[in-house]
Amino acid sequence: MQAHQRMLDSTPDGLTSSEPPLLRTIGLSKRYGDFLANDAIDIDIRPGEIHALLGENGAGKSTLVKAIYGLIQPSAGEIRWQGQPVVLSGPSEARSLGIGMVFQHFSLFDNLTVAENVALGLDGKESFKDMSARLEQVSKTYGLPLDPRREVWQLSVGERQRIEIVRALMQDPKFLILDEPTAVLTPQEADQLFIVLERLKAEGRAVLYISHKLEEVKRLCDTATILRGGRKVETCNPRRETAASLARMMVGGDIKEVKAASGRKTTVPRLVVNDLSLAPAEAHGVRLEHISFELKGGEILGIAGVAGNGQDELFAALSGERLSKDPGTIVIEGIAAGHLSITRRRKLGAAFVPEERLGHGTAPRMKLSENALLTGHAASGMVHHGFIDTAATLKTVDRATETFDVRKAKRDPEAASLSGGNLQKFIVGREILRNPAVLVVSQPTWGVDAGAAAVIRQALLDLATAGAAVLVTSQDLDELTEIADRIAVMFHGKLSAPLATREASREKLGLLMGGSSLEPKEASHAVGA
Amino acid sequence: MELIEAIILAVLAASTPLLIAATGELVTERSGVLNLGVEGMMIVGAACGFAGAWLTGSVFVGTLCGIVAGTMMSLIFALMALGLAVNQVATGLALTILGVGLSGLIGAGFVGERITPAVHLAIPGLTDIPLVGRVLFGEDGFVYVSIALVIGVWWFLYRTRAGLILRACGDNHVSAHALGYPVLRIRTFAVMFGGACAGLAGAYLPLAYTPFFIPGMTAGRGWIALALVVFSSWRPGRLVIGAYLFGAVTILQLHAQGWGIGIPSQFMSALPYLATVIVLVLLSRARSGGSTAPAALGTVFVPDR
Repeated sequence: MQAHQRMLDSTPDGLTSSEPPLLRTIGLSKRYGDFLANDAIDIDIRPGEIHALLGENGAGKSTLVKAIYGLIQPSAGEIRWQGQPVVLSGPSEARSLGIGMVFQHFSLFDNLTVAENVALGLDGKESFKDMSARLEQVSKTYGLPLDPRREVWQLSVGERQRIEIVRALMQDPKFLILDEPTAVLTPQEADQLFIVLERLKAEGRAVLYISHKLEEVKRLCDTATILRGGRKVETCNPRRETAASLARMMVGGDIKEVKAASGRKTTVPRLVVNDLSLAPAEAHGVRLEHISFELKGGEILGIAGVAGNGQDELFAALSGERLSKDPGTIVIEGIAAGHLSITRRRKLGAAFVPEERLGHGTAPRMKLSENALLTGHAASGMVHHGFIDTAATLKTVDRATETFDVRKAKRDPEAASLSGGNLQKFIVGREILRNPAVLVVSQPTWGVDAGAAAVIRQALLDLATAGAAVLVTSQDLDELTEIADRIAVMFHGKLSAPLATREASREKLGLLMGGSSLEPKEASHAVGA
Repeated sequence: MELIEAIILAVLAASTPLLIAATGELVTERSGVLNLGVEGMMIVGAACGFAGAWLTGSVFVGTLCGIVAGTMMSLIFALMALGLAVNQVATGLALTILGVGLSGLIGAGFVGERITPAVHLAIPGLTDIPLVGRVLFGEDGFVYVSIALVIGVWWFLYRTRAGLILRACGDNHVSAHALGYPVLRIRTFAVMFGGACAGLAGAYLPLAYTPFFIPGMTAGRGWIALALVVFSSWRPGRLVIGAYLFGAVTILQLHAQGWGIGIPSQFMSALPYLATVIVLVLLSRARSGGSTAPAALGTVFVPDR
């Protein structure tokens, strides 16, 4: 990679800048009703550059790339491809120009094979056989191994992304768009991806790279365009910026730093899991195997791991959505609770925040007050003699709103009308206001903007300081190292022994996330591969 | 010997409308659309098919009328469920109710009339072979068409690019849209194919099965066809087995009555549905993974533009 870097830097500077941009948008706007998702955006993409597109959720990144890929029609402005104005009526037109895209939420078909999925992304001019042969060749050339005959549902997230990338590469694109490609990868898998991207760059292709991870952008990208509220804020060289300065441009102000109170003391064990094993409930589920840990009051335990390694199953077992036959496997506040229902566990002082905000964390079409009642009815005095105390439910909403800065249009709107960050603040707030002894929270800041994420992380830290035991499952390693005292890694339904956060390097965690053990011999082997 | 031949012939005759209608619905469902209006499309196909044949004196023209009528009915469904994104279950049920009423209206003037039914194939020498001759070489055109249809659908779904795209729409319409496929147009064609098949299956009844039309003559065959699609776990091969199995049960029920076996006929009529439930349970227990139903089945899709 070092060699690559030098080679590219040695390219005469004048060559790239005098070359006309491969793709240029001029005053590109997209309006949805009253809402301007993109407001007159100008962006230049040059051949052989990795161009980062930065911005918070709702800043308009997805809208912009959808317009460039022909998925939506801009309301105003124009797109120029190699200097010529083009109107892209659909993705196939974009593809025929040489624009490829790798989606954030994969555009794959679970019940079709890898080869069929790739075929669907191509124009179908070659026979299936020729296509399969080319698929194998491309995946070999770029070091992205794939078995064309397997069905997608059998594959890991990393392998699924490989399909998307290979599919895009098979069109021999001049310009490739990647929408948050590393969000679902282990650090090692991300490194593999960067090697592929560096190679594409060396081949003279342009890459538009959307990411939230600023360190990654600084390391990889030559140019960064920052969007905020649908407008372009700045185009800069990310290597000359700091992560903090980039974040400031994204948010339009400083982000409050999350601070842990010093002298936090751990107390009695509040959540203990003893040798918990559970068969999967669904056909594609993960079996939990011999999971044990002890979580004391005042402590935050982080669980890292690539999605789909049993985190959902563990959450279901802890929250009581799935019961364990042996009561002693889960002990909450000293009471064996493995066989207890969700409501009984809540009465013991436990609170749960699931990953999915709409549909799991809240009933989308019900008001916030009703949603507050749904998790608080057992233990928070909102029901008297079977009747709902409306005043009490509204008060809960108001308290959560004030304490956690939930922004909403009405006093008591439907859950679905809130933005992701605000709804998450409400859900976390609703549980924290009940003063739980144990809080189990899954992906607390997934898809939440940086400001809201800081509020939520601070709230979790404060809760631990107040003496509660907090279990956080997250795929975001930065988040876990920021707030957790210890970090364990989930892989294939097994949980590693927790590491103290200061000893948990990204490399160690990445190895565990990829299924290697930390014994020296095996670890070095994995690095070599 | 002759009894066995008669039973096989009767089973084939009873199975053919099920196979045709279910093949159409299978394609519709593989594209991700659940059209519960099969019964309604069939009965309108039966009424229009008979009317066309009686008025022109041609079974062939009558058959075409049935196909067109079924397609028109399915277009109503497509307009509502795809164009206006109305709930598919409600639309399908409404289509059945509409079809039953409409067929009574269309067919009212034809009740009691008779036509010359569809001719059976006759190849001297071959058709006279004992036991298998009439079964293989002495059927009416509908039977051969039904076999060709299901083979054609299998080939289309698994051997052509268009079939792959159709299956992709049924698996994940968001992805299909993101790749640039016109999901709603593809689904409209699939629904129309389902309607055409249902119309053809309906037309079979008064044009080949019995030479006259009576209101309500589909007698729940549309519902059995729907159950069949589930029974087959959306695979054309299993669909053939299921259709003949269900046809056999229908015939068995008649013979059981004739032989004076003391099983209530209602129980026998319920057998296909019971069999569907049992197969579903077995499938879900035995499957090693991968869902059997098209993942997007019955879900509304509205593309954002």
